[in-house]
Amino acid sequence: MMQRDIKRLSLILLFAPFALWILLLIILPHLGMFYISLREKVGPRMYEFGLENYINFFTEPIYWNTLIRTGSMSLLVTVLALLLGFPIAYYIAKIAGNRTRGALFLMCLIPLWVSDLIRAFGWILLLRETGIISSSLQWAGLINTPIEFLYNDATVIMGLVYTVILFMIVPLVSTLDGMDDAMIEAGYNLGGNGPTVLRRIIIPYAMPGIVSGCIVVFMLTAGSYLTPILLGGKNSSWFTEQIYDQFITRYNWESGAAFGFLLLAFTSLVVWGGLKLSGQTLNSTVARS
Amino acid sequence: MAIKPNTAFLASYRIYVGLFFVFLAAPLVAAGVFAFNDSLFPSLPWQGFTLDWFFNDSEPKLGMFHDRRLLRGLYYSFVIASFVSLLSVFVGTCNAFLFVRCKFPAKDFFYIMMVLPLVIPGVILGISILLLASNIANGAEEALSLDLDFLRPGIVLVVLGQFSFITTITSLVIIARLRKFDASMEEAAYNLGASRARVLRTITLPFLFPAMAAAGIVAFLVSFENFNTTLFLVGSEAPLTITMYDRMVKVGSTPVLNAVSFFLMIGSALLALVSILVQRDKPQT
Amino acid sequence: MQSNTENDLECIQIKKHFGSVRAVDDVSFEIPKGSFFSILGPSGCGKTTLMRMIAGFESPTSGDIRIKGKSVIGTPPNRRNVKMVFQHLALFPMMNVYENIAYGLRCAGASKDVIRTKVHDVLERISLPDVANREITQLSGGQKQRIAIARCMVLDPDVLLLDEPLGALDLKLREAMKIELKLLQHQFDTTFVYITHDQSEALVMSDNVAIMNEGKFVQIGTPQELYHNPSAAFVAGFVGDTNRWAGKVTRVEGNTVEVETEAGLAMRGSVRGAGAPGIGDRVNAFVRPEFITAEKAGGSAVQSGNGQNVIEGKVDSILFNGANSRVLVRDRAGELIEADVVLTGGAQDLKPKDDVTLSWSPEQTMSFKA
Repeated sequence: MMQRDIKRLSLILLFAPFALWILLLIILPHLGMFYISLREKVGPRMYEFGLENYINFFTEPIYWNTLIRTGSMSLLVTVLALLLGFPIAYYIAKIAGNRTRGALFLMCLIPLWVSDLIRAFGWILLLRETGIISSSLQWAGLINTPIEFLYNDATVIMGLVYTVILFMIVPLVSTLDGMDDAMIEAGYNLGGNGPTVLRRIIIPYAMPGIVSGCIVVFMLTAGSYLTPILLGGKNSSWFTEQIYDQFITRYNWESGAAFGFLLLAFTSLVVWGGLKLSGQTLNSTVARS
Repeated sequence: MAIKPNTAFLASYRIYVGLFFVFLAAPLVAAGVFAFNDSLFPSLPWQGFTLDWFFNDSEPKLGMFHDRRLLRGLYYSFVIASFVSLLSVFVGTCNAFLFVRCKFPAKDFFYIMMVLPLVIPGVILGISILLLASNIANGAEEALSLDLDFLRPGIVLVVLGQFSFITTITSLVIIARLRKFDASMEEAAYNLGASRARVLRTITLPFLFPAMAAAGIVAFLVSFENFNTTLFLVGSEAPLTITMYDRMVKVGSTPVLNAVSFFLMIGSALLALVSILVQRDKPQT
Repeated sequence: MQSNTENDLECIQIKKHFGSVRAVDDVSFEIPKGSFFSILGPSGCGKTTLMRMIAGFESPTSGDIRIKGKSVIGTPPNRRNVKMVFQHLALFPMMNVYENIAYGLRCAGASKDVIRTKVHDVLERISLPDVANREITQLSGGQKQRIAIARCMVLDPDVLLLDEPLGALDLKLREAMKIELKLLQHQFDTTFVYITHDQSEALVMSDNVAIMNEGKFVQIGTPQELYHNPSAAFVAGFVGDTNRWAGKVTRVEGNTVEVETEAGLAMRGSVRGAGAPGIGDRVNAFVRPEFITAEKAGGSAVQSGNGQNVIEGKVDSILFNGANSRVLVRDRAGELIEADVVLTGGAQDLKPKDDVTLSWSPEQTMSFKA
């Protein structure tokens, strides 16, 4: 029948761009990266296959220490972003009046439209030795000599939380927004107090939003480059920096590819574990928003 | 208002929310304000108001609109972002029709594939595309002595790299809108005598247009500010973020960077506003 | 089969199968010019599929659909002169009222002047002459309804299909729109085919109603015929309110049967529908509440001599609804029977716990062989 032919044709025409995109820009590059990571340079234009690049990674403590450090700091950032962001999201979705709600939500989004670079630059101007905070404190007479707030782990974590917290707040607001106020009221009505209502009703309801926010935040943090470099300085030891180093400074693409693959595998593993622990799926969380 | 807690709690809650927004705004204000400080360094004390960092045409206070490298960066960013947003809106629209309207095997799996680029770290996307493109280019050169210049780091690769994950964003935005579409509207138009093409042109696309425009603006902005993916794919035509980063690392912070920051923040804010306005449905009365 | 050009719409042995499901199973009917025809059935009975086949959105597995005597099988929806008002109206929100109505004319390639005249003309006829420049969101529910009809009528269709368009309205507006739709149909003098699951909509508006169940037409007739002379138990139960008993035949006497219900109640009824039940056959008996008289026990003597069915019971509750008030009576067997009563507000009115005598004629006890 003609109609069936038209349907099939349109399916093919619609599927083609999708297939080209996913195949050429996502699947093939990652397969290629994996393939290259298994090569080892033995001479000019001479390669051998093997796990040498991966063995290097595990035998050189600085490499895997950096990865562990990146992972654990990213987890810390994720937890902090959740703890700091949840009250804000709840305030926007449930407590603020109708008018202020939209305005607050927009204000939350503003940093999203500003480059990482500018945000980090702003923090540098605030926190460095000659920065606004240090000079203000001096002017106020609270300190005598300028203080350097940059280049320590606390600052890096603060900067990362700042960079990613929006990606926590936005999905949380949209899930909490869909929650019927009557549910919370019913919780109180049936004798619950603040903490029990929060634990038994609000948090389970917001779980897809929480998991979705955590996944995106964790991935963005672990894959971030600018913030750790600019706020943490040369010694920030972020894993993406190692990758950059292998690629650009040492021009060792094979080992860089292996590192890249390890970062991907490591972060995917953490996300997978998180999904398993929370009983959610990728489809029910990230894909929803 | 769901809960009415006691006033002391509510007051401290409000203070926390207020402080949070101060925290959000602080670095942006710091980055913007020093664009107007009449000093060679973006730091206190305040030396008076000036627009030199925008318009002055000579060193040492070369304004951003006379700084040729920054202007070139701005131009490249603009070109890249335009291509990325056009391409990603086009593919995003196709994806929306594919996932909302079509039935095909393993649809859920493909949907996850579509969402995946959003959670792959940008650095990895950058290097994997760089590796593949370079290998193909090298292979072509050796085997066929073909010079596939576009596969070397440069604008084409930057566009492809950004497109690879921005398309997920545009797809999700347009899919959400198409899901809200009442399919009986298409049938009604068809019933009233319109051809399939006319239904698409006069009913479906106008309905989708706000989402497509908003997705395009989001894509434009995300492309403009992208750094991680771009870093590995950039050739000699460096977009603005890369130029600024270079300047920051090599020259250190100078107020001209504040001027650029201010300019970008205003530009983004305006575009974001437009995207909100086009997405707003007609007011109900 | 011979086709009659006097009929606006004919369906001849239409079947539609989805896999093994027979959504529409051998449906034939014809609708004379300018009448209001309703298809009434419970949800899932296949009425929407039937309507979509007439509009051309689905094609029948077999059978023929003729409009003004010409087969339209194979004609795509945009070439059929059958227009449809959708359940949620499907007005185009990105266009104003004028653009909505002009849409079909534009598709047909009418000139600007023609479009302007026709749109204003049709707006006059639905008595909304001033809304041309309004946005759809600015219209009330009833206005939207009328615009949706105007959008179709401006194209001068042979048949107008209406797919439960009143479903989304609130009760008051729905009542008003029923009358309005009937008037509009008269005014345009076009054949309306109206599908609904709401019997009162179908009964009030239609010249003819088809009762549909499980893909088949059970009965076609005027509202009165369906109400008073249902041809099948399904129709008797579906159209109008009714008391219903399942039972066994204990005696046959010409067209009258004696039935003993499952709860042990004995009554006399008249045989309706296909198939004459014999002794021992299972039957379903239906009695409408308005045919049951309820009187206080011990009051004026009930005429039980002339073959009336008479039973004793106790008032369980009163369902007061003005002129449509009812009592629920619990009989000796424990069943609840509904009977219409007049409640004047005086001391004579029935009250709960009153002992009552119910009586009704065998003629109104419609008995169908099960």
